[in-house]
Amino acid sequence: MTKRYAGADAPAIAELELAVAGGEICVFVGPSGSGKTTAMRMVNRMVEITEGDITVGGTSVRQRSPAELRREIGYVIQQIGLFPHRTVGDNIATVPRLVGWDRDRIEARVEELLELVRIDPALRERYPAQLSGGQQQRVGVARALAADPGVMLMDEPFGAVDPINRERLQNEFLRLQAEVRKTILFVTHDIDEAIKMGDRVAVLREGGRLAQYATPAELLMAPADDFVEDFVGADRALKRLALMRVADIDLWEAPLAHIGQSMGEVREKLPAAEVPHALVIDPDRRPVGWLSDEDLAREIVPAKPDTSPDPIVELDDVLRDALSDLLQAETRYAPVVDAEGRIAGVLSVEIVSEFLTSPEALTEEHAAAERPVSE
Amino acid sequence: MSTLAVNTLAAADAANKCAPGLPAGFCHEHAETGCVAGNGLFCFGWAADNFDRYVDPFFRQLEIAVISVAIGFVIALGLALLSHRRRFLVPPLIGLTGVLYTIPSVAFFFLLLPITGFGFWTAVIPLSAYTLQIIYRNAVVGFANVPADARDAGRGMGMSEGELLLKVELPLATPEIIAGLRIAIVSTVAVATLAFLAGAGGLGQLLSEQNNFKTNIIMIGVLTIVMALILDLIVLLCQRLLTPWLRVRAAQ
Repeated sequence: MTKRYAGADAPAIAELELAVAGGEICVFVGPSGSGKTTAMRMVNRMVEITEGDITVGGTSVRQRSPAELRREIGYVIQQIGLFPHRTVGDNIATVPRLVGWDRDRIEARVEELLELVRIDPALRERYPAQLSGGQQQRVGVARALAADPGVMLMDEPFGAVDPINRERLQNEFLRLQAEVRKTILFVTHDIDEAIKMGDRVAVLREGGRLAQYATPAELLMAPADDFVEDFVGADRALKRLALMRVADIDLWEAPLAHIGQSMGEVREKLPAAEVPHALVIDPDRRPVGWLSDEDLAREIVPAKPDTSPDPIVELDDVLRDALSDLLQAETRYAPVVDAEGRIAGVLSVEIVSEFLTSPEALTEEHAAAERPVSE
Repeated sequence: MSTLAVNTLAAADAANKCAPGLPAGFCHEHAETGCVAGNGLFCFGWAADNFDRYVDPFFRQLEIAVISVAIGFVIALGLALLSHRRRFLVPPLIGLTGVLYTIPSVAFFFLLLPITGFGFWTAVIPLSAYTLQIIYRNAVVGFANVPADARDAGRGMGMSEGELLLKVELPLATPEIIAGLRIAIVSTVAVATLAFLAGAGGLGQLLSEQNNFKTNIIMIGVLTIVMALILDLIVLLCQRLLTPWLRVRAAQ
């Protein structure tokens, strides 16, 4: 599709063409002037299409009346746009009332949505001015979800929230999306947010030209051109780590030493091991510590080895956070444990850097809603 | 008050129980008390005994003021709605209502006399014309101040222009619209005192009949203020009922 404004030489959106799979989050990201918001607003005809077409569920939006179309598409904007003169409950009930649901059904739906977005039902009769920014944002999402639209448009929905709350709201929204599975068009200027939230990311450049449309991992591994590479940032390799869990990469194995075991057996294992240090584990296979050279000189494996096992990371941890723990502790190896705290392998800085340069990294993909979220 | 007038009143025939210079209707048993005869600042006894004479003119003036403001409100709000989606109409409408506002009231009454004759409508038409400027300007400001994001959200959720107007814009413009209404009411009640010049009666009528008697002047002044205050209070009450969201305290 193309959008031209009267009096402008160049089109605001130039022959943008892309498909969004049902139940996925597609993020439009780009600098200001890239037409990302304009492109999004063409879907519910808040901006008219000059040339071309957009189909939602197989039907052209140009064949629908704008009001009718918009009632079937959830809409969240940056300033949230809650109606200040209506209570939380009334705000959420906006679209159900427009489409004429009966009172009981609206009542039940509002209750359900408050629970879904984790807003205290006691706040239902409050006005937006009485809510915090984060609460207002969640009410905005609940309002957009009210009539259970298949498609949602979200224009920088977390833009007006402070960074700490933004992170929390993003995570909450991904959890929500895992439940509701809407087809979402999400606009942001923040590449980190795009990578975090998107199943697919459309990078737009000035004049609404599509620079690249790819999964976050592809975008980070193989930027289509200099523009995308610049936009993604020099730290794109590190950004990829935020998309994965420790469990997603092949870990190393360290020689394991059981408390009370003869040191001779441990010393034998050392030369052939991937990790040149032995890790002491207790009878429940929980890491206790690393054996130092002095420890190795003993007869049997001590219950309290010289070197602490910290940092211990979990299989479920976000890879970026795990790496950060390693670097912060100034150690090369970290024991990795499963949910029960049992040893599952060893993470090292080398594994991470090797992984980032390997082709298999490209195939590591997770849907946004299933991706790890760092807390 | 001129000394001449005081002297005239002072020469009142006490036996007649009526101060000369006062119309027959003003003669009363309290005339001999000296307050009336001496044209004191405010004769409570006289005012209490003569309260009835103010009742009908009071309600007449109230009627003139309320009907004038009501007509002006309907027209001004209509104009505001008309120019709401046609912003180019705002400057000419502000100009037009401004011109009406600058016509002196007495001149306005006399201009209308040949057309509408001596009476109620000759007073009401200018008075409603005066309210247009105030109410229209405030309504335009009110609509302009509706948060753009609330409007965008409303449209984006599929409200028609009419639904947007009724459910979002009008309620959010209400504080400003009512602010205009309140100014219009107070000023109209005041100017309505002159409605007698158009032959519509009201408290001004009593003023014209006796403009030397201080008690009379003060009574008229006080009643006019009371009328304005009562109407203002009623509108204020309406506003509080219509805009409950303005009374809540912001979070934190």
